[in-house]
Amino acid sequence: MFKITKKKILAQSIKLIEVLAPEIATKGQAGQFVILRIDENGERIPLTLADFNRQEGTITLIYQEVGRTTAELGRLEPGDYILDLVGPLGKPSEIEKYGTVICVGGGVGVAPIYPITRALSGADNHIISIIGARSNKHLILAEEMETVSEKLYIATDDGTEGQKGFVTDILKQLIDSKMQIDLVVAIGPLVMMKAVSQLTRPYNIKTIVSLNPIMVDGTGMCGACRVAVGQETKFACVDGPEFDGHQVNWSVAEIRARMFAEEEQLAMKGCNSGGDCHCQK
Amino acid sequence: MSEVNEKVKKVRPNRQPMPIQDAHDRIRNFNEVAIGYSEEQALLEASRCLDCKKPLCIDGCPVDVDIPGFIKLITQKEYQQAINKIKEKNNLPAICGRVCPQESQCEKLCILGKKALPVAIGRLERFVADWDLANGHNQAEKAAASGKKIAVVGSGPSGLTAAADLAKLGHEVTVMEALHIPGGVMVYGIPEFRLPKSIVQHEIKNIQNLGVKIACNQVVGKINTVDELLERGYDAVFIGTGAGLPYFMDIPGENLNGVYSANEFLTRVNLMKAYQFPQYLTPVRIGKRVAVIGAGNVAMDSARTPLRLGTEESYIVYRRSENEMPARLEEIEHAREEGVQFKLLTSPIEIIGDENGWVKGMICQQYELGEPDESGRRRPIPIKGSEYELQVDTIIMAIGQGPNPLVPQTTPDLQINSHGNIVAEENTGLTSKPGVFAGGDIVTGAATVIQAMGAGKKAANAIHKYLTEKSG
Ligand SMILES: Cc1cc2nc3c(=O)[nH]c(=O)nc-3n(C[C@H](O)[C@H](O)[C@H](O)COP(=O)(O)OP(=O)(O)OC[C@H]3O[C@@H](n4cnc5c(N)ncnc54)[C@H](O)[C@@H]3O)c2cc1C
Ligand SMILES: Cc1cc2nc3c(=O)[nH]c(=O)nc-3n(C[C@H](O)[C@H](O)[C@H](O)COP(=O)(O)OP(=O)(O)OC[C@H]3O[C@@H](n4cnc5c(N)ncnc54)[C@H](O)[C@@H]3O)c2cc1C
Ligand code: SF4
Ligand code: SF4
Ligand code: FES
Repeated sequence: MFKITKKKILAQSIKLIEVLAPEIATKGQAGQFVILRIDENGERIPLTLADFNRQEGTITLIYQEVGRTTAELGRLEPGDYILDLVGPLGKPSEIEKYGTVICVGGGVGVAPIYPITRALSGADNHIISIIGARSNKHLILAEEMETVSEKLYIATDDGTEGQKGFVTDILKQLIDSKMQIDLVVAIGPLVMMKAVSQLTRPYNIKTIVSLNPIMVDGTGMCGACRVAVGQETKFACVDGPEFDGHQVNWSVAEIRARMFAEEEQLAMKGCNSGGDCHCQK
Repeated sequence: MSEVNEKVKKVRPNRQPMPIQDAHDRIRNFNEVAIGYSEEQALLEASRCLDCKKPLCIDGCPVDVDIPGFIKLITQKEYQQAINKIKEKNNLPAICGRVCPQESQCEKLCILGKKALPVAIGRLERFVADWDLANGHNQAEKAAASGKKIAVVGSGPSGLTAAADLAKLGHEVTVMEALHIPGGVMVYGIPEFRLPKSIVQHEIKNIQNLGVKIACNQVVGKINTVDELLERGYDAVFIGTGAGLPYFMDIPGENLNGVYSANEFLTRVNLMKAYQFPQYLTPVRIGKRVAVIGAGNVAMDSARTPLRLGTEESYIVYRRSENEMPARLEEIEHAREEGVQFKLLTSPIEIIGDENGWVKGMICQQYELGEPDESGRRRPIPIKGSEYELQVDTIIMAIGQGPNPLVPQTTPDLQINSHGNIVAEENTGLTSKPGVFAGGDIVTGAATVIQAMGAGKKAANAIHKYLTEKSG
């Protein structure tokens, strides 16, 4: 059992919790994730380590309520417990001195980009960050990102904060300004990571993305998380979750994310009608 | 020898059949297919055993259960003693009685098999173990505390057996398991209708009663490496992490929606209880026509499960013939009774998707058998021009599993072979790294529950010896 010690609402439907998990807090590194299961009937869902406090033994998770499990998680309060929590999983980000790095975060993807940005900044890189959201109501971690970046740009779809438009618009402006860019790290919705990768490819700017396919065990045992990268099939939970954005087969990733779309809606409705799911039998 | 033949001839009555749920009923539920012997049946079956002086059957059992010994106790209705006798060698009898491939182990060598059907050793073992679950008193004896600490990585049959034996020898044992429930393949792979999870839980409780601690949600190599465990006060480590890496075929279309590895499909259904979706929140999506590629136990389980989830057609697609199918005989029979259709000498070469990225069919090629290959089985050879399309909307790959690489990758001085299996001595489980032992599927490649248990037992003895010598 893992105790929730803190909870904060960051933006519309985006919440932050801190969970007491001393071993994971000690071991966790930027780029890694955990898998949790709220209770006996729960699904195992992966969430990125948005932060870790090694002294206090807590980890920070930031999640968007998109379906049944994240909505249930949203109802838990400090003092409540999560039944299962396993991690840290996945490979840590490769943190070294690259030069000038642009960190791009979209929506709830700003949460995982934050510890990576901080680590890259700690490794003496010049950091320019671009974060974006639908509107200022959905924007998270702007202050935190500001403290670990030399320059922070903000884009919102509706112009309620920063520049009106997409994060890729700002990235394009930076590329067009002919500045030296050694690495782009982009985390956010698939469409955003795909757009960033397509934008940087003609310029040969190395681009790292963090894929979030559907997962079950997170240890390489099931293959649910397989992604097509270059000519190969990789398991994102053990070979990733970070990959070279120029190598990722985006259409496979997009299709596989929809595998359980119908069931996800059913789970959301709850089930009291006795439908195809056989649950009333 | 003629004396034996005389005795064999006199054996009455015939081998008792296993009562089973009717195929028509059972494909509508996840309850156990085989119901188990009644006491009367067990007594009749036990009376068939000749109590041989040189019991061949024991040679077929990887953990040397005293088979005539426990069967004789059954004939005397001394069930508590019978179970104690089995447990001298086998910590998980309710499980082995159900899933051991007896026809290629103990029962294969039973002398009765020469003239008639062998004694139903597995069914008798199950009978006593089930009696024990209902009525038994468990008081395993434990040696005095040794003060030694041992870490067991993985809670499959190899790890659980090693843990139980080491605890009985007085050592302090912690089992570390990556998943949220212990049991390994016995909980995430083998379905409820073959091995009820309550039985696995019960056996695990017995092991915990010996003082074994089980820490779930611990992925060794990620949270602690083997070296860190040794640094943090564990005197020895046993690795029983299994063969949990699913193989795919590397054919076009394998990443389409509707293609599962057997591990994913079975884990969703068994471990996550997707058959009770949405009370249990993990979904599984199974179409109307399912093809399972492969013909081992894993494939049979993967083909029988969809029928219980409401699928209409379930196919086993296998590139060799009936004779080469590696699954247990009983599972093949049960699968057939339930309506699983066998497409033998057939293998897919491409999976076809619809415009939404879902499987809609599979191009199959037919094979004929040629000369025997290195495995001694006749090599399948593709027949030119035999390609045809099989319309299916779900495909489950059950073509085998490799060793899980997490521990080897994070333990640099642990020797592995070219397949990625940990190299360990067969009789001791000793690896290239001092204080580190290994056994089960991670060493042998995918095998059986009882072989994994046998390896756990041997390693426990070797670890005990290693620790005693070290401190002596
Ligand atoms: C490595 C990794 C890190 C992640 N980090 C974060 C994070 O920090 N914050 C955050 O808000 N989200 C994160 N996600 C996504 C998060 O796991 C899903 O939003 C969550 O599983 C949705 O569950 P649900 O029941 O609420 O919604 P559902 O209704 O089940 O699904 C909604 C969406 O989530 C996806 N999804 C469903 N089940 C899973 C699953 N088991 N694994 C992965 N995706 C799934 C579906 O494709 C769908 O698009 C991460 C995913 C991965 C793989
Ligand atoms: C579907 C299916 C049906 C089968 N049917 C039969 C049958 O009828 N009869 C039979 O005899 N055999 C059967 N088998 C084979 C049998 O189950 C295996 O041979 C046996 O379980 C192997 O035992 P093990 O202890 O080596 O490993 P496993 O049972 O595989 O257990 C390994 C455990 O280690 C854990 N683990 C892995 N890596 C780590 C890590 N880094 N840290 C912590 N934990 C870790 C895993 O999560 C798992 O729980 C079947 C197998 C499958 C998949
Ligand atoms: S453990 Fe398995 S092989 Fe040994 S006697 Fe029992 S059923 Fe037979
Ligand atoms: S089970 Fe068969 S081989 Fe074993 S003692 Fe009985 S009759 Fe003999
Ligand atoms: S989540 Fe199962 S292999 Fe990656």
